[in-house]
Amino acid sequence: MNQPNAFSTAIELIVSGNPALGAIVMLSLQVTLSAVLIASLIGLPAGAALALGRFRGRSALIVISNALMGLPPVVAGLVVYLALSRSGPLGFLGLLFTPGAMIVAQTILILPIVISLTRQTVEDLWAEYAEQLRSLGSSRLRAIPTLLWDGRFSLITALLAGFGRASAEVGAVLIVGGNIAGYTRTMTTAIALETSKGDLALALGLGIVLIAITLLLNTGAFVAGRLAQRAAG
Amino acid sequence: MHGTLSILPLSVSGLGFSAGGKRLLHGLDFELAAGNRTLIMGPNGAGKSLTLRLCHGLLQPTEGRIDWRGGLPDADKRHAMVFQRPVLLRRTALDNLTHALALAGLPRGEREGRARQALSRFGLDALADRPARVLSGGEQQRLAIARAWARNPQVLFLDEPTSALDPAATKSIETMVAACHAEGMKIVMTTHDLGQARRLADEVLFLHHGRLLEQTPAEEFFHKPRTPEARAFIRGELLW
Repeated sequence: MNQPNAFSTAIELIVSGNPALGAIVMLSLQVTLSAVLIASLIGLPAGAALALGRFRGRSALIVISNALMGLPPVVAGLVVYLALSRSGPLGFLGLLFTPGAMIVAQTILILPIVISLTRQTVEDLWAEYAEQLRSLGSSRLRAIPTLLWDGRFSLITALLAGFGRASAEVGAVLIVGGNIAGYTRTMTTAIALETSKGDLALALGLGIVLIAITLLLNTGAFVAGRLAQRAAG
Repeated sequence: MHGTLSILPLSVSGLGFSAGGKRLLHGLDFELAAGNRTLIMGPNGAGKSLTLRLCHGLLQPTEGRIDWRGGLPDADKRHAMVFQRPVLLRRTALDNLTHALALAGLPRGEREGRARQALSRFGLDALADRPARVLSGGEQQRLAIARAWARNPQVLFLDEPTSALDPAATKSIETMVAACHAEGMKIVMTTHDLGQARRLADEVLFLHHGRLLEQTPAEEFFHKPRTPEARAFIRGELLW
């Protein structure tokens, strides 16, 4: 069929600014960036608290959070599906098969990564800073914002890892979003669908865009991080 | 000059510290008076830094007592410590000072003014907007002393503040310590540098193997030490 031309057709789709493709890319970015933002707001303080806290069950929480970094996306999708389905505990929200449900599922996937990597970073910093900060009168609780800010260059990497996981996964958004054209179809679910339909050009085009976005974002973060780090020491 | 009540003298009695089943300090008894400069000396592993950390409250003694005069409730806010390797935050020099002042409970509106006052007190104005982590070792240590000074402590503990510095930086640190002392701060400092101790000490606490062997006026310590260990130390023969 059109396989020989798939690559050039893909480039054409991208260059011509195909509106269907544009809508899919926009939705994907919207969902993933929202999930990264929410996971950061929860995960950065939670990870720091886990690093500095002294309470029963701390070790268990660390192990669970580390283990959940490997949570299969389809399982996360299934859990969110059950929770959001009509008869589920959160069914009244009416979120199933909406972008909102996809954000919830991806947040759950990213959160363990952000928490675990933040915990490790902050714990290492605390080992270096503890005496000095305690000497200056800082409590462990008060040290949380101080250490998060001082660990900012390492923590960017944690957020990029979260972004990578969310933008690359298919299983969770497929289950809770339903891959509805023009509404919940993301780059990854579209690639899966178009490939199985045989429309390799669109699938390939989306694949190129997905990789380009990831590369661009990481390059930007790397350069910005290096410049800022050089300035801040 | 520090307003309100003095937290000195500091009374230490029967102070002991054990870690990992080893007794590192054995029943130290001493009193630190206001005004003079006390140098804690002794060979490596004598317990100098440990004694300083216990007095500053970073460690809890396993035996004995450490009492600031009258048991003032906020005595812990009135002594500051400068470490051998200062930890400065990844922000500007000025922001490092305002952060410390925030931790000290200074109202937000007064922090920057006080921080700038501290920088200019020690001629560090030019560093204000520089990132603290890219400063030289000597500049970082001077900034650490300015940070301690900004909190207006009555007692300044210094743990080998110059041992990682070159002679020029060492000299400027010693000048800063002298300035703090001239303003009425009690100086309590550890060093293994005999020359430095001769320049700075009014009295010497001499520790060896976790025991306090002497608390002697400096003049007497350097010319007529009371113990054979101190004599050997001054001759440079006692290293452990």
